[in-house]
Amino acid sequence: MKEKITHDDLLMAYAAGHLPAALALVVRTQLALSAEARRRYAFFAALGGALLETIEPEALRADAWERLERALARVEPAPPTTDKGGDPRVPPPLRPYVPHGFEQLPWRKYGPLYEVALPVGDGGFRTRLIRLRAGTGVPRHTHAGYELTLVIEGSFRDASGVHRRGDLVIADAEVEHAPMAEEDCLCLWVADAPLRLTGPLGWLLNPLVRI
Amino acid sequence: MYSASELVLATRRGRRLTSRMAEGRAEQRIEPDAEQERVRDLELVAKCRDRAAFHRLFTFYGPRVKAYLRRLGADEDLAEDLVQEVFISVWRFADRFDARKATVGTWIFTIARNKRIDLLRRDQAAGSEEELSELETDPAPSGAEVAELSRMSDVLRNAIATLPDEQKKLLSIFYFEEKSHSTIAEELGLPLGTVKSRLRLALAKLRAMLGEDRA
Repeated sequence: MKEKITHDDLLMAYAAGHLPAALALVVRTQLALSAEARRRYAFFAALGGALLETIEPEALRADAWERLERALARVEPAPPTTDKGGDPRVPPPLRPYVPHGFEQLPWRKYGPLYEVALPVGDGGFRTRLIRLRAGTGVPRHTHAGYELTLVIEGSFRDASGVHRRGDLVIADAEVEHAPMAEEDCLCLWVADAPLRLTGPLGWLLNPLVRI
Repeated sequence: MYSASELVLATRRGRRLTSRMAEGRAEQRIEPDAEQERVRDLELVAKCRDRAAFHRLFTFYGPRVKAYLRRLGADEDLAEDLVQEVFISVWRFADRFDARKATVGTWIFTIARNKRIDLLRRDQAAGSEEELSELETDPAPSGAEVAELSRMSDVLRNAIATLPDEQKKLLSIFYFEEKSHSTIAEELGLPLGTVKSRLRLALAKLRAMLGEDRA
């Protein structure tokens, strides 16, 4: 039986640094959009910090401090914290992929959907921005595996309710839905590719994929 | 799964713990002072480029960051190199630390975590400096958010200490060893379901102690 993946599972794995790039991008983007997600994430980040303080320390090499001091002499001052000027409509974590605004992306039309693939260099996941015009919807469907949909602008409705900016919808093979845009809607969408990943991330990834 | 009565017990214990701490009567609680000193040291680094303060932070967190990286599989040389990189970032970005948003430990943990990820994904578009701390992505956190964060960090360190050993162990395995739940179960000689439910129980307890009702 497959284990349901919850929002907290994702936030905790992200806090621990265990998420693959595509899933980490979804979480980072959500944190930029949603105060509620930040509040929940803060718990898991604080847990990591508290655990770091309780870990059994491991002695550094005798010359570690000297080496660090030598390095400090060469470090450049930190760049200013000011906003690097990207399009304010684009959440900062997406800006490397959307350098000139959403309108300038090479959108392609698939039925009612407009979409553009993002080159997130991580095997096993498809990462896209998708758009639906108000009043249009995706035909009823289920999923081969899992899909994560994060609302960036606008809103859509499915059987579970209305999802707005910053909301993350986690759908699995048992969910049958027919999303319908209530307003013009732009989402970040990540789905597993049909292949099974193995290795240390298997506990989280295997439920996300299906042969 | 945990039972409702276990949760109620955890909540009661948590309330007692929290109220004791609010009254300032928890004798063995030396943590807040230590945290205040670390915050002051980091501010000295940020404002005065104070090497002595930086040395104190390095002496405390350096061996812990190394242990963290070693447990995640870095060899001796790599762990030493990454510790250097982490503390160069601490030095460079000290002025971005905001004590209202995170403890020094959480901030340094986030830097160490991101350095390690950065190393694993050298080719990613987003650099680790971009994601120095997700807690910074909000340019103006609300007063409520800020209060929540600082209160939570305070209580959490003490709350972890009250968890049963087996739950503490599972939490640190989750954060410090990139192992699947089934590998953890095998190594501890426990059924997989037990590992998952203990982890959830630990989180539920910590949250109850924070006075949060969501589980």
